[in-house]
Amino acid sequence: MANPLDIAASAMNAQMMRLNTVASNMANADSVAGSEEEAYRSRQTVFATVLDQQREVAGVAVTGVVESNAPVMKRYEPGHPQADIDGYIYSSNVNTVEEMANMMSASRSFQNNAEVFSTTKTLMLRTLQLGQQ
Amino acid sequence: MAINFDKALGVHEQALFLRQKRNEVLAANIANADTPSYKAQDIDFRTALSNSAAAGDQPMLSLKVTNAGHQHRADGSADALSASLKYRQPYQPSLDGNTVETHIEQAEFADNSMRYQATLQFLGSRLSGLKSVLQGGR
Repeated sequence: MANPLDIAASAMNAQMMRLNTVASNMANADSVAGSEEEAYRSRQTVFATVLDQQREVAGVAVTGVVESNAPVMKRYEPGHPQADIDGYIYSSNVNTVEEMANMMSASRSFQNNAEVFSTTKTLMLRTLQLGQQ
Repeated sequence: MAINFDKALGVHEQALFLRQKRNEVLAANIANADTPSYKAQDIDFRTALSNSAAAGDQPMLSLKVTNAGHQHRADGSADALSASLKYRQPYQPSLDGNTVETHIEQAEFADNSMRYQATLQFLGSRLSGLKSVLQGGR
């Protein structure tokens, strides 16, 4: 099994990637496009457990970023510069409430792992001082 | 009469190793708090420590083998500590199959860290006792 510092670091890395996708989704929540295919679709990370050679848990990794298949909003706005021939624009399928909840969950999980990291570091430093008092 | 470190340090050396192992297991649980279908694990400390004290060597963690179909580890050294790594029974499992309950893992992690430090303290006292004997009490 891997070192707790590596495990916590892998989790912080994964949570940071999740925060990045949330940031990207929130930034593009109001993006519009001229066709349904070009519309921004919210991106979500997929987490999976990492196992080492002994099949023991060695952390977590992001195995992919998938695009949401929720329906894209279609709005009639003929005056919009990006409107198609029929006067429709297509906005993103980002659910901002869901993204805010996702952001809070990711940042709390990040904090948990940062706490694990700092506790483990303290324990290791104290172990290095064993027998020196 | 030779000084035997194993006798001088007693069970604390193995206890420290197991506390470190348990910290790894709990860190993995906290790290996988958001991973779908991850099952939280923990070490049964009492069983693990008595097994490793009986075996007298470096303990190895493994899952319990209750069926002939279960696979052993390739190196075959898992017997000393078998039955010590177990899956946690969740109070409220989530819909995605994850059984990590962060608050419980945090509490266990804090408790384990404290006990690790206690074991360190014991080891430190044993070592300073040895040192004092070597220096003739000066």
